[in-house]
Amino acid sequence: MTVGVSFNQLSEEEKMQHFLDRINAGEKIEPDDWMPEDYRLQLIRLISMHGISEIMGALPEKEWVPKAPSLHRKLAIMAKVQDEMGHGQLLLRVAEDLMAPLGKTRHDIMEDLFSGKLKFHNVFHMDAPTWGDAGIIAWLVDGAAIISQSMMLDSSYGPYARALKRICAEEVFHAQHGESIILAMAEGSPEQRQMLQDALNRWWESLIMFFGPKSAKETGNSNADKNIMYKIRTKTNEDLRQEFFTKYIPRIWSLGLTIPDDTIRFDEETQMWIYKDADWSKFKQIVSGNGPQSQNRLDLRRRSYKNNEWVREALAAKKAI
Amino acid sequence: MTQETLKPQEKAALIELLYQMGDDDFILSFRGSEWLGLAPHIEEDVAFSSISQDMMGHANLYYRLLEDLGEGEADRIAHLRTPDQFRNAIILEEVNGPGTYLKEPEYDWAFAVVRNYFYAVHKQIRLDSLRHSSYEPLAEAARKIMTEQYYHLMHWEVWFKQLMTSTDEAIGRMNAAVEKVWRDFGGVLTLGPSYADIVKANFIDDEAVMKKRWTNKFEAVLKEVGAAYPGEPRMERGNGRNGVHTDDLKQALSTLSEVYATNPATGW
Ligand SMILES: [Fe+2]
Ligand SMILES: [Fe+2]
Repeated sequence: MTVGVSFNQLSEEEKMQHFLDRINAGEKIEPDDWMPEDYRLQLIRLISMHGISEIMGALPEKEWVPKAPSLHRKLAIMAKVQDEMGHGQLLLRVAEDLMAPLGKTRHDIMEDLFSGKLKFHNVFHMDAPTWGDAGIIAWLVDGAAIISQSMMLDSSYGPYARALKRICAEEVFHAQHGESIILAMAEGSPEQRQMLQDALNRWWESLIMFFGPKSAKETGNSNADKNIMYKIRTKTNEDLRQEFFTKYIPRIWSLGLTIPDDTIRFDEETQMWIYKDADWSKFKQIVSGNGPQSQNRLDLRRRSYKNNEWVREALAAKKAI
Repeated sequence: MTQETLKPQEKAALIELLYQMGDDDFILSFRGSEWLGLAPHIEEDVAFSSISQDMMGHANLYYRLLEDLGEGEADRIAHLRTPDQFRNAIILEEVNGPGTYLKEPEYDWAFAVVRNYFYAVHKQIRLDSLRHSSYEPLAEAARKIMTEQYYHLMHWEVWFKQLMTSTDEAIGRMNAAVEKVWRDFGGVLTLGPSYADIVKANFIDDEAVMKKRWTNKFEAVLKEVGAAYPGEPRMERGNGRNGVHTDDLKQALSTLSEVYATNPATGW
């Protein structure tokens, strides 16, 4: 496309048309390219939520890092949580670049997290009371994350697509680490199998919720639809959930575990899984900061932010010299 | 020397040394992992958790060497010993601050930086010496560990020098941490009661020589950042190499072995 010097003289509508033509042609948008304000805001919302979820996501597993039941497992879970922090860092940098023209920084992201304005993923508000939970998180939550993130590998925003490429590669290792924990427990003592089943029971509804509600009607939120138009994402929440079922339900059953939903079955006619939907009012409550661990985990971050204020000041003073 | 050529007295001394070094890394790695999600910024969370993971890997290497010497499975060594069987220095087991790693942690970053930096310097000195250890498997492990250790040392040195020369508040907090760590750091610099046998077999340099290298380094470093040299590092709360420990170690070990101890016989 030859726009060149005259681009700045185009009207807003022409710029928008040019932008849509580019993303429809599969071109990648880069940070310094012109983009509609709405696209920028959608990206900031999505990527800062994703980034902060990676960071908050390390906290449910934090308890199990030192408690992991062998040296091998300790090393593996340490590597995993370190990756998650790395994902958070990578994504926040992408978000920061998008926020810069608006005069916002990482400090604003943290403040928005603390005030509850910036939400994080529902799964990271939940309890993880046993080692079985650590296994289910790594196997199924990371497994779900792979499905939803792989869909955005071809995102129209170049820096996000590139970050996701690296993230997805690492997520595969996380899911393998989780599967290995699950297999050891499934083949272990009756107590271990029970611990595993209890953890699955605890996490099932959260996993249904992970992909978000079925359609805009239920929440009055059309961000997902908008993101499809902008080619930030390509599939609906329900597409992803069905993909997750198809991949994991047979594996869960083959381990001899029971899914805590006696209505769940694959419908040959519609080629869809029939299942008991989650309680979406509960979902709303959870992501608004009223989940069982929401405030505890936010407290950890708030407290460290406050306790380390003197460190940030000291670093800023060094930079100023 | 190899496993087959060790005399009984040498073997006993080597085992002591391996417990000291394995336990030092194991316990400090644990204290590091408690910081997860609480570091001053996200970049540091990534770096610090990488360092803690490396150190757990180093502890694992030493425990494998002990396993080869007939001390039992590495996992049992790590998870089933009682506190008095641990040989780490007391300053390394100390809690990061008030609260726990899950609830209301009021952790002190100055203490983290000082303790880790002081330890990293000693570890570097120890590894430099171990590269020429008479026990070949140990020399080999040391060479492996050194490639990662170099980066840890750089990391903590940058933090230490930055904070020691920044705002008044930072300098005040850092000096308080130096004073605190100094009171017990002598425990890191000793080879414990088997010292004579350890040195005689040439497993590692004389503790006096290594200690001198450490104090020389800190006389220079503290001068560079404009701080006073506090004199000989002390060992006020006792010698961890003798199995003397505080309740902080008890708490650490019960966390570290909580799941494993429920059923050591099963696969996890
Ligand atoms: Fe991740
Ligand atoms: Fe992950």
